[in-house]
Amino acid sequence: MRVLRAVVVTLVVVFLLAPLVVIAVGSVNQNRYLNFPPEGFSLSWYAQLFTDSGWRTSIRYSVTIATLSAALAVLVATPLAYVLRAYRIRLAPLFYTLGILPFMLPPIISALGMQVFWLSTGHVGRIENVIIAHAIFFSTLPLVTISLAMETMDQALPEAAQTLGADQRTTFRTITLPLLIPSMVTGFAAALVLSLNEYIISFLVAGFTIETLPVKIVNGLRYGFTPTIAAVAVVFILIAATTFTLFAIFGNLMKFLGADPAILEKNKAT
Amino acid sequence: MSVREKPSGRTLGVLAFPVGMLVVFFLIPFGIMVATSFYHRVPGAFYTPAFEFANWQRLFQPVFLERALFSIGICLLAGFVCIVVAFPFTYFLTRMRGRPHVILLVVVLSALSLSEVIVAFSWYILLGRASGISNILVWLGIMNESAAYQPSFAAVLLGLCYIAFPYCILTLYPQLTRLDPEITEAAQTLGASPWRTFWTVVVPIARPILVAGFLLVFVFTLGSYLIADFLGRPEHWTLSVFIANQASANANVPFAATMAIFLTLLSLIVVALVGLIESRTRRLI
Amino acid sequence: MSRRSEDVRGGLRLEGLVKRFDDVTAVAGVDLELPPGKLISFLGPSGCGKTTMLRMIAGLEHPTEGQIFLDDDDITDRPAYRRDIGMVFQSLALFPHLNVAGNIGYGLRIRGAEKDRIASRVEELLELVSLEGLGDRRIQQLSGGQRQRVATARALALEPRLFLLDEPLSALDANLREQLQVELRLLQQQLGISTIIVTHDQREAMTMSDLVVVMNAGRIEQVGPPLEVYRRPGSPFVAGFIGRTNLLVGEGAGDGSIAVAGHPFDVAGGADASGEVTVSVRPEAAQLVADSMPERNALPGTVVFVRDLGELFECFVDCGVGEHVIVAGSPRDWVPVQQGAEVAVLFPTEACVVVTS
Repeated sequence: MRVLRAVVVTLVVVFLLAPLVVIAVGSVNQNRYLNFPPEGFSLSWYAQLFTDSGWRTSIRYSVTIATLSAALAVLVATPLAYVLRAYRIRLAPLFYTLGILPFMLPPIISALGMQVFWLSTGHVGRIENVIIAHAIFFSTLPLVTISLAMETMDQALPEAAQTLGADQRTTFRTITLPLLIPSMVTGFAAALVLSLNEYIISFLVAGFTIETLPVKIVNGLRYGFTPTIAAVAVVFILIAATTFTLFAIFGNLMKFLGADPAILEKNKAT
Repeated sequence: MSVREKPSGRTLGVLAFPVGMLVVFFLIPFGIMVATSFYHRVPGAFYTPAFEFANWQRLFQPVFLERALFSIGICLLAGFVCIVVAFPFTYFLTRMRGRPHVILLVVVLSALSLSEVIVAFSWYILLGRASGISNILVWLGIMNESAAYQPSFAAVLLGLCYIAFPYCILTLYPQLTRLDPEITEAAQTLGASPWRTFWTVVVPIARPILVAGFLLVFVFTLGSYLIADFLGRPEHWTLSVFIANQASANANVPFAATMAIFLTLLSLIVVALVGLIESRTRRLI
Repeated sequence: MSRRSEDVRGGLRLEGLVKRFDDVTAVAGVDLELPPGKLISFLGPSGCGKTTMLRMIAGLEHPTEGQIFLDDDDITDRPAYRRDIGMVFQSLALFPHLNVAGNIGYGLRIRGAEKDRIASRVEELLELVSLEGLGDRRIQQLSGGQRQRVATARALALEPRLFLLDEPLSALDANLREQLQVELRLLQQQLGISTIIVTHDQREAMTMSDLVVVMNAGRIEQVGPPLEVYRRPGSPFVAGFIGRTNLLVGEGAGDGSIAVAGHPFDVAGGADASGEVTVSVRPEAAQLVADSMPERNALPGTVVFVRDLGELFECFVDCGVGEHVIVAGSPRDWVPVQQGAEVAVLFPTEACVVVTS
């Protein structure tokens, strides 16, 4: 059994890391073409990210869209999550389903839907289109995290506030909302990361006028590989890996992903 | 708030913003898409409003039904492969102690943070003739000359499994951590070897979550566009690729809309199934 | 279903058992020989190594050093699923995907026994633990006490040589616990099966056991029948852990007696050593003396607190020897004193047990 465990885990880790290795190697390769074994070492491609105006524009677009759409997503999700959990509303399941529907369906559907929508309004190719499209599509993420936080919130806390004289609005502002902030941040972060990586919606909605990073990468790849693309990917990976490692060190990564701490204790022995 | 009250008019007003946004920017676009599926496509230009069934008829022709079936088939296969590998992996992971456990989680999460385009193009390279796995095998002397493994069905399948894999692991993870290790120990004290314990105790308990994970991968990979586009020939394309193609390259938006609605119905049925199974899962663990 | 007397097996012998986890030593060298057919408790505070010992006996942990013999058979390297044991876990570990009959019959099922045989054996066991007719209930529908019984039946299904229980009653409420203590004890006697129970509750150990193994910090402090361990604790730790006691520290006088805070004491068995001697006296053996000061085996003090519980009383006296001396007894023994009264506490010689440090 021990052998089996080692084999399975090793194979999976190699599988998961394989693309990461390719990209890392490709990003520091001296010449343009990716060969194996790699020739030479160069960080020039990373430099290009900052010097080439095409890349800089793309980065700017992507970051802007990601930030604004994630913020808008949270803005849409929070009142929805709060009201649905805090009050007795007959059509609550319906509204909740509406909230998760965009993300549950394959992205191509939202993408096409948004494309025909903006086409029919005549308001085409603008950055707002992408921001709104992403916001709606990713609003499911903060909706789920905030709803979960509402469900697991200690009901005694707002009740205590009310016994101390706070009305509904004040209670929300001073007690509930602060308690929801971690889940809002998590939803925001998830929407942000996914928006940065998102391709098909960005492409169909405004792909010819607004070149976000993924769109630029795909366009670029159709004409051949450049190591700069790999450099972008490496930066992404480093940011993500660093974030998760910090989280693991200073927070409780296992619990965050849903593990039950009491049962985990029992594993320590073996 | 433990006894929830009915909302005031003002509170309902608060609800107006998110619901309004969703209606305007999701339901209405979807409605327009439904309408568009009946529109008349003008070759060379866009399309004109009409009400014809031409697009729907076209959908049910063998060519496209074949595409649809292929999409479903490869995504079901991806679901199966993912579960078969992710389940033992996640099971072993949840039994690990502190540091190796967390390191593996970071590896999984890092793979998850790769965008689909990066994944697609990495495997494009890894499976290519010029500088991929086969080159390493040649270098090691195992193979004589390098070969290209893409574009191919296997490449698309591999790519789909790769992007779905971290999500699959993270779905199985909470439930598998909740599997009390004393249960497997109890089985052993009753005479079951680790192998028998796995099949007679662990798998039956985990079955609902395995099914949910399988369906999750299925739905997720149905939505994939770039993997099939990069790693497969047109005969390997999934529905998402076809739809995107029709919408952009062929400028046949009405037909794209038709396919999109078909895909929507398909996904909704599957999602409903997942919901049903989730509610059964909660009872066991 | 009781065992034939010639059949008594399950004699356990532990030699030099050590278990280390990274930098923690859970079991620091244990030698133990246990008679078969008895109910034995491993008793001690959390972290003393008792559960680790049990798990090593079960085969769920491998000893770092040492050997384990079952009826002279070296089972040290044998995995759990090839040892002839039945175990009840603290969390009970019932299989949620099987019903009651499925759980109890699991061991037989994987051995490939026939359905009829399994069914009849399951019926037998349900009767044994008073759960007749509940075979097709789901685990989730059972009460805490019922689940405990299912776990017991499951462990006994294969008639194992050793019956191991890890804090089996800790999740139950007090009344149920006491009831099940008695039930388990009667069951064990009926079957004559060698049983080891791990517990931190000394009253549980005292109630149920033939033999108590008191552990502390990975070592065995004392092994003996409950009453002996209570009356003749082998160390201050045992004295303090089992029941309450008064620990008096004195100087050996060299002639078999000792002096506690200057007062002469005769102790049970005499004290040979000179130097520091610790003596344990149970509260119920100590006596209050209100109107005089005995010459020997007494300490003067002030009454600090009186607790009258109806069926017994407790009197806390400050004798200037560190912790308050506790005198306990039934209403018959009550000497009317009030808070603040000056009294003497008499410690009869037979009750003064020397506990070596």
